[in-house]
Amino acid sequence: MLGQEQQLICVNSKKKQMCFEWGPGEMLVCETSFNKTDKSEKVPSCPFIYLIRKDVDVYSHILRKLFNESHGIFVGLQRIEEELTGKSRKTQLVRVSKNYRSVIRACMEEMHQLAIASKDPACGHQFSSQVSILSAMELIWNLCEILFIEVAPAGPLLLHLLDWVRLHVCEVDSLSADVLGSENPSKHESFWNLVTVLVLQGRLDEARQMLSKEADANPPSAGMCHILGDLMRTMPILSPGNTQTLTELELKWQHWREECERHLQDNTFAASPHLESLCKIMLGDEATLLEQKELLSNWYHFLVTRLLYSNPTVKPIDLHFYAQSSLDMFLGGESSPEPLDNILMAAFEFDIHQVIKECSIALSNWWFVAHLTDLLDHCRLLQSHNLYFGSNMREFLLLEYASGLFAHHSLWQLGVDYFDYCPELGRVSLELHIERIPLNTEQKALKVLRICEQRQMTEQVRSICKILAMKAVRNNRLGSALSWSIRAKDAAFATLVSDRFLRDYCERGCFSDLDLIDNLGPAMMLSDRLTFLGKYREFHRLYGEKRFADAASLLLSLMTSQIAPRSFWMTLLTDALPLLEQKQVIFSAEQTYELMRCLEDLASKKPESGQPDAQRLQDDIETTKVEMLRLALARNLARAIIREGSLEGS
Amino acid sequence: MFVARSIAADHKDLIHDVSFDFHGRRMATCSSDQSVKVWDKSESGDWHCTASWKTHSGSVWRVTWAHPEFGQVLASCSFDRTAAVWEEIVGESNDKLRGQSHWVKRTTLVDSRTSVTDVKFAPKHMGLMLATCSADGIVRIYEAPDVMNLSQWSLQHEISCKLSCSCISWNPSSSRAHSPMIAVGSDDSSPNAMAKVQIFEYNENTRKYAKAETLMTVTDPVHDIAFAPNLGRSFHILAIATKDVRIFTLKPVRKELTSSGGTTKFEIHIVAQFDNHNSQVWRVSWNITGTVLASSGDDGCVRLWKANYMDNWKCTGILKGNGSPVNGSSQLGNSNPSLSSNIPNLQSSLNGSSAGRKHS
Repeated sequence: MLGQEQQLICVNSKKKQMCFEWGPGEMLVCETSFNKTDKSEKVPSCPFIYLIRKDVDVYSHILRKLFNESHGIFVGLQRIEEELTGKSRKTQLVRVSKNYRSVIRACMEEMHQLAIASKDPACGHQFSSQVSILSAMELIWNLCEILFIEVAPAGPLLLHLLDWVRLHVCEVDSLSADVLGSENPSKHESFWNLVTVLVLQGRLDEARQMLSKEADANPPSAGMCHILGDLMRTMPILSPGNTQTLTELELKWQHWREECERHLQDNTFAASPHLESLCKIMLGDEATLLEQKELLSNWYHFLVTRLLYSNPTVKPIDLHFYAQSSLDMFLGGESSPEPLDNILMAAFEFDIHQVIKECSIALSNWWFVAHLTDLLDHCRLLQSHNLYFGSNMREFLLLEYASGLFAHHSLWQLGVDYFDYCPELGRVSLELHIERIPLNTEQKALKVLRICEQRQMTEQVRSICKILAMKAVRNNRLGSALSWSIRAKDAAFATLVSDRFLRDYCERGCFSDLDLIDNLGPAMMLSDRLTFLGKYREFHRLYGEKRFADAASLLLSLMTSQIAPRSFWMTLLTDALPLLEQKQVIFSAEQTYELMRCLEDLASKKPESGQPDAQRLQDDIETTKVEMLRLALARNLARAIIREGSLEGS
Repeated sequence: MFVARSIAADHKDLIHDVSFDFHGRRMATCSSDQSVKVWDKSESGDWHCTASWKTHSGSVWRVTWAHPEFGQVLASCSFDRTAAVWEEIVGESNDKLRGQSHWVKRTTLVDSRTSVTDVKFAPKHMGLMLATCSADGIVRIYEAPDVMNLSQWSLQHEISCKLSCSCISWNPSSSRAHSPMIAVGSDDSSPNAMAKVQIFEYNENTRKYAKAETLMTVTDPVHDIAFAPNLGRSFHILAIATKDVRIFTLKPVRKELTSSGGTTKFEIHIVAQFDNHNSQVWRVSWNITGTVLASSGDDGCVRLWKANYMDNWKCTGILKGNGSPVNGSSQLGNSNPSLSSNIPNLQSSLNGSSAGRKHS
């Protein structure tokens, strides 16, 4: 990704400059001119704006499965870190590595099926290319597993490498099917190719079976076939569970080699060029091996075959000598190494950092390097290389990968966990990203909020709720606005919304969103205005239930406790009127005195200055109201005094 | 790696600025045709123009969104010497069905005597505040004390820069430990080779903005300037678009005990300077986390710059036109031009083709 150009068939760059802007998931680009004079000539208008986004192919649904499943493995690995101790540690880590690889292979298989089934050739081609990329990734990962995680020692090392090659050079199976499926296998045109490639891959049992078919079909060669078959059968090879030491193995192997050599000297196979060539291969003769370039198909196959037949007990530290020479011999100066070759070579050189660096360059998304590096970090391999940025590199790559996920409308949830496991910058990166998630649905908003609340990201919770509350207010959805304000613990905004509610009530005479207000509970305490709103509604409820005494006390307390905003007092006093005019006396004398005090307090504070007409009319209405209230209060006071002064029951 | 989609912009003249909203689901464009257009992204990812209206009586140079905590609010600035604040009004149900919305002007800021070249909202923790800069060399900072009443804005500060200003950038650092800071760039072409980037910081004691630093090494006209979002660094990063791309770090130096209450002094280092555009650089813009910088220049390319884990800045991508005329079809929607085969990825390396064309 360094310094490589991307052609976009869009901007006519000869004519204009480009202006642009980053968005969370895309970039806007359009042509313009930055000459700040107020245009002289009429230039042709800019017809197009371009939206550019990264990695569209990343989001194909199969890859999504890859991301989801690898996410599970990743999180699992982080969680078991503490439990990974002692001998079982390596086994566990190898298992994790195999899990990752099986996920890659599953993905490859699905894509392969899609590629075959696809009716559109362009589409099929795209799938096929994805399959190649995944295959390359698995190839690299597998080698890293063998060398860095399994840390196979001399002996088992070769067996692992053989498995590796067999897994990735799979033409053998189709070739085998072809040949064996035919009427006369040994007469099949590809018969000897098959036998050769089996030998190249060290699959000597199968090769021997092929030879016996040839022996049957071609009696004159039976003798030679049997001899060669015997050699194949007796080749000493380390097998799992074998208790012999490497030295013993090597001794036996040398012995066996001498026997093969003797046959060559004796011209045992002189009559059959094929068989002679096979014998030379089994002696690791480089020239003969190189004749089989096409069957080997790549230099690392050549490398492994070479090692099998010339140095099967190769030590890991010696690998890179053989690797480099194999690459050089195989390419033969005709072509230069490709990025994949460089990556594999870096692995053979045990230069982990180089592997990661080359992969970062060659691959267009961070999935591979992020997960592989994380796993290698758990193997304590990055620190052991003693570079100060060891741990930072893991985090750097994980942050890159996770940031990329956030551009996707649902994959972002996976990104959260990755950020969680980045101790330095994970939290702050998550904070920045999670705020930007578009909250198109209430569900999504709640999901985002839950994630923030779990991590005590209080500022993000507040901000997101505020955004939603503001949106609700603008759309006049007061109930929604109120609940978001409460969740945001935003007292100021709760006050604002409560004011709106109250204003609405004054205008329309009824409340909206009664359910919400009735069930505020302790949230009512968030702001005085909100408390008032809740209590005022409670007053109306009490009145509706005809619990007049309670309603009256509540009404009074709203004013005396200063919870009610002064602007609302007139409304409250007006609400008291029906209570004052009931047949029974509801307000006690003392309460009536309080009400009167409030009324006079309110009336005395009226400004006297010259008002515009509308205001004056308002004042007139107010004055009438005040008069009415005074009268009603006076009457109530009289009745209350009388009642309280009389004996009960009389 | 990248795919492009085109939208027919329909402006009748040059587009000078494009701006995404906070969530990337809306965008605004402004043009020399004196209008602003607002576009909305649908669920399926298509962009539709939902508003288009005349905003000024001259070319509109910049348009910018306020933080969504303040609602749907835009600001624009123009050659006509004014800046304006716009608010979206929730439309009638008819309009909603037609997918249209209305924007009303809440205020016009008329204090400038010359073309207003940039307008930017301050970080949200400072409240609803914006800054404008003009060709007359003055940066003005306005505040709306009541966020529910966008028609009341008061001019809080006037900062004289002594040079014609072309761009401003607020430091988005949301930590209240940092005083508000604003960087101003100038494209003044007068012969006094004065430094073209100034940084002002708010002083809590004097309650004024005072000059904290001048970047002495930037002497060419500056076209754009941008502070990077802060991931918790103790220092600030500033990108500058001038005759090349420059990235500076500003490390606050511990205040001397004697000059308590003075402005912070900064240790200034240039960490990157790229002249790959080989021409004037017109725009610089940071991604969300401040880890990638994009720049565009006279060479018609947009370049992406990134620091690796060793803090070395490198170019990580170039977006370029190929010089051929724009595709004639002017339909809206996704024309989705597919990428040519220059996709530098592993697959092509497996096939033996070289990994991407390299340009010198």
